[in-house]
Amino acid sequence: MIANYGYKDGSGDYFIAIDTDRCDGCGACVPMCPSSVFMVMDEDPNDPMREEPVAVVADDQRKKIKYACAQCKPGGDRPPLPCVAACPVDAITHSW
Amino acid sequence: MAEEYWRWTESRWTNPDIDWKKGDIITGGVDVGSVSSQAVVFVDGELYCYGNTRTGSNSPDSAHKAMGLAMEDTGMSLTDLQYTVGTGYGRVNVPFGTRAITEIACHARGANFMYGPTVKTVLDMGGQDCKAIHCDPRGKVTNFLMNDKCAAGTGRGMEVFADLLQVPITQIGELSLQVEKEPPPVSSTCVVFAKSEASSLLREGWPKEKVIAAYCSAMAHRVVTLLERIGVEEDFAITGGIAKNVGVVGRIEKELGITALKPKIDTQIAGAVGAALFGDALVKKERKKG
Repeated sequence: MIANYGYKDGSGDYFIAIDTDRCDGCGACVPMCPSSVFMVMDEDPNDPMREEPVAVVADDQRKKIKYACAQCKPGGDRPPLPCVAACPVDAITHSW
Repeated sequence: MAEEYWRWTESRWTNPDIDWKKGDIITGGVDVGSVSSQAVVFVDGELYCYGNTRTGSNSPDSAHKAMGLAMEDTGMSLTDLQYTVGTGYGRVNVPFGTRAITEIACHARGANFMYGPTVKTVLDMGGQDCKAIHCDPRGKVTNFLMNDKCAAGTGRGMEVFADLLQVPITQIGELSLQVEKEPPPVSSTCVVFAKSEASSLLREGWPKEKVIAAYCSAMAHRVVTLLERIGVEEDFAITGGIAKNVGVVGRIEKELGITALKPKIDTQIAGAVGAALFGDALVKKERKKG
């Protein structure tokens, strides 16, 4: 499943997408994020029949991703984002 | 007291073909939303009864009220439910819930039951949020996004307009189609700004139906842009209260160039239906484990 966490407002789309078919809940993304956007849950809240852990965007972060992620998203040439670089299975993508 | 145009009628239904006392697995699903609460009871994987009510200021009370309405005159009580799943905004506040499951999973599962396994895209237009979901033929979510940051494109927005224009909420859709020429959509999708824009249009002398058409069309466009992020694959179904508004549904269909499946039962109960079906699956899973 592609889980899109975030929102759309007047200024654009702000979504972090986690491919839960790839994510095995290893948690490598959690400490790498300077804004602590991610957390690992024992079971996928959106797939009650799954029994493997999975990374999600924390509840209290979902409505402020535009600001939380701003520090990793400078304009122009940018280094790979810490969360994307940390994920060993390339499960994380961003909408902007 | 002034008439409350936004108020929609609460409803309930019992399946006359089922005798619940002969049922093996009886499960409940309760969807406590921000505006409405629904409760359903499933007997051996079939819909037995449902109740659809307005959410009050207290989630546990709303859950009890919805289930009470669903069970009215059925002779059932809460103790007859073997497994109850809570979902929606107030899902953790269902006092008789065995487990809480997110509304994303429940809506996909519910739409799969209500519209059949051909449904691939579900758009839920709820009281205060909007969800776009892709699911597989078994109702499992494959892609989703939810916008709960603002109330644009939601039931509450429409309630605000019903009050402003003094048109009963159930008649808004029909009325919005009674315009000769489609007016330009209101420019703001924010409910508060759209309401102030609508007030200016009324002051300029726009008739009600034209103002409603402008708002329905803005709402339709707003959710279509949300849907575009995950893409739309047929069959396409709309759930939630706004699915009953032909003015918005028609405009969404026109903009997407596809037709939504016609609902056979109350579109507002999709989340609760999915919740009860998960209950059914979880009971079976536990039994298998022994």
